[in-house]
Amino acid sequence: MSVRVQAESFDLGAEASRFASGRTDAGAIVTFSGVVRADGGLIEMEIEHYPGMTESAIGAIREEAVARWSLADALVIHRHGRMEPGELIMMVATAARHRGDAFAAAEFLMDYLKSRAPFWKKERRGDGDGWVAAKVEDEAALQRW
Amino acid sequence: MIDVLYFAWVRERIGAPKDRVETQAATVADLVAELRAREERYEVAFSDLSALRVAVDQELTDFDAPLAGAREVAFFPPMTGG
Repeated sequence: MSVRVQAESFDLGAEASRFASGRTDAGAIVTFSGVVRADGGLIEMEIEHYPGMTESAIGAIREEAVARWSLADALVIHRHGRMEPGELIMMVATAARHRGDAFAAAEFLMDYLKSRAPFWKKERRGDGDGWVAAKVEDEAALQRW
Repeated sequence: MIDVLYFAWVRERIGAPKDRVETQAATVADLVAELRAREERYEVAFSDLSALRVAVDQELTDFDAPLAGAREVAFFPPMTGG
């Protein structure tokens, strides 16, 4: 499956290895993974999402990346639910003929997942809970594409 | 009938994840006006539309989008994925 939205964790090494193995069509594989940071006494992160729209929105973003950079393949895994500092939140992998396209497509996927995939992060700290506010620079990052 | 869904702090302020709404609203903005007139908690949740995003039938759109034939409308804050 090229798009997976799931509560459970995943094995980054196994996913990257499976994605990269057996390819003769792509000379470049790029992977990016996002991890929960322990900023400011964070105890736990909870990610809410919009079942149905999440999968279709990520699918559309993935399709655009594949078409635009002529990717051999692209994988997006994004978790929802509760996770602690140090846990993996998500990963993207891209396979292209050359590394420039693989890197660019991975950055495009990340920029769009940040601001256009329906996820909302809530942080739990010792002094209370709070929704993570979207950053102006994340929205601005879309302009370069 | 339209399913109206709420996510993140919009859901928390309204105190429910979903409403089933009987409405003749022509646009999203008209639906918002109907919801705001219901109760204080809706008025609070929808007080600043610039802080909200909307999807109609699971596609991101604008507040002036038409609702003809729509089955599901969702309101939520700007997304924070990745």
